[in-house]
Amino acid sequence: MSKFKKKKDGELPPVSTASLPDIVFMLLFFFMTVTVMKDSEPLVANELPNASEIKKLEKKDRVVYIFVGQPTEKYQSAFGKEPKIQLNDKFANVSEVGDYVLEEIAKKPQEVQSSITTALKIDKNANMGIVMDIKEELRKVNALKVNYTTYEGDAFKNLQ
Amino acid sequence: MARRGGAPEVNAGSMADIAFLLLIFFLVTTTIETDAGLDRMLPPKEPPTDEQVILKQKNIFTVQIGKDGQLLVEEDLLDLKDLREKAIAFLDNGGAVKGDPDYCSYCEGARSPESSDNPIKAVISLKNDRETKYSVYITVQNELVAAYNFLRNRAAKKLGYNMSFTEMEEAYSNQETPDDVKEKLKVKIKKIQDLYPQKLSEAETTTN
Repeated sequence: MSKFKKKKDGELPPVSTASLPDIVFMLLFFFMTVTVMKDSEPLVANELPNASEIKKLEKKDRVVYIFVGQPTEKYQSAFGKEPKIQLNDKFANVSEVGDYVLEEIAKKPQEVQSSITTALKIDKNANMGIVMDIKEELRKVNALKVNYTTYEGDAFKNLQ
Repeated sequence: MARRGGAPEVNAGSMADIAFLLLIFFLVTTTIETDAGLDRMLPPKEPPTDEQVILKQKNIFTVQIGKDGQLLVEEDLLDLKDLREKAIAFLDNGGAVKGDPDYCSYCEGARSPESSDNPIKAVISLKNDRETKYSVYITVQNELVAAYNFLRNRAAKKLGYNMSFTEMEEAYSNQETPDDVKEKLKVKIKKIQDLYPQKLSEAETTTN
């Protein structure tokens, strides 16, 4: 009788989910572009030792990295098997460490320049000689805060 | 006979699921890994050398690492496994007698007059050979830091803090901790650090 038929109760029109893939893809692309996988290709073997009393390096923008280890197989013919220092993505001498650290610190924003930590990523098979040389270089440029980067684990596993 | 009314429409309903799957994959795999390790301060290059710091022999705990990884502690060979205990015993000795300005009221050690007077005076001197393996060096460093952490955690407990020292430090360095909490933590951390200052020297130390 009535012209306007009463709709059945509870029959809401379904929300269209057709645009859902678009939204999700947008998110996906955002994450894919934003996450940087790795900033430098490792040229040296870098198997870190274990330690249990570790502290996290929370502020990534205040860290300068130095890698030390045996050159990977690709580079062994050119650089030999002795542990070498890697700064950014090239091999370096001990004498270059100081300049590199200063350069990296200068690149950081002014307000964090005074609280820079140098993360030493040193292969566990390296000798202390090269580490002592690096420490000496760091002392020369007054970059005194260092972090011996390690894996979390039982320190006695290092001895095996 | 089949109808040929154009290609049937592909159901795109599961597209969202596929995209979600990818999204979650990327979210999970690209966790920004936080590096962790042992924090250390290097000694400054040129300290004011007007006066030489003279330390009593009994306040120095010498640790030497040989090139084959042997450990020489206070001139005796020692197994690495016993280093932590020995370092704790040294730091917590509290050898100064009552009434002495160096008297340590919170020490629980043996109070041997042969060993350190007070944790504030106690210095651990670490020396190593150029041929020493880095992994051994890290293990030694780890044990020495563990000794300090043990004593500091104990001090935190005795002072009645509801967190251990290591937990407090972790919370302090965590960026998500609110500033007012950090301020409070800073005071507590400082207090414990004053009780057990980390004096781990890798430079030459002079004795008299």
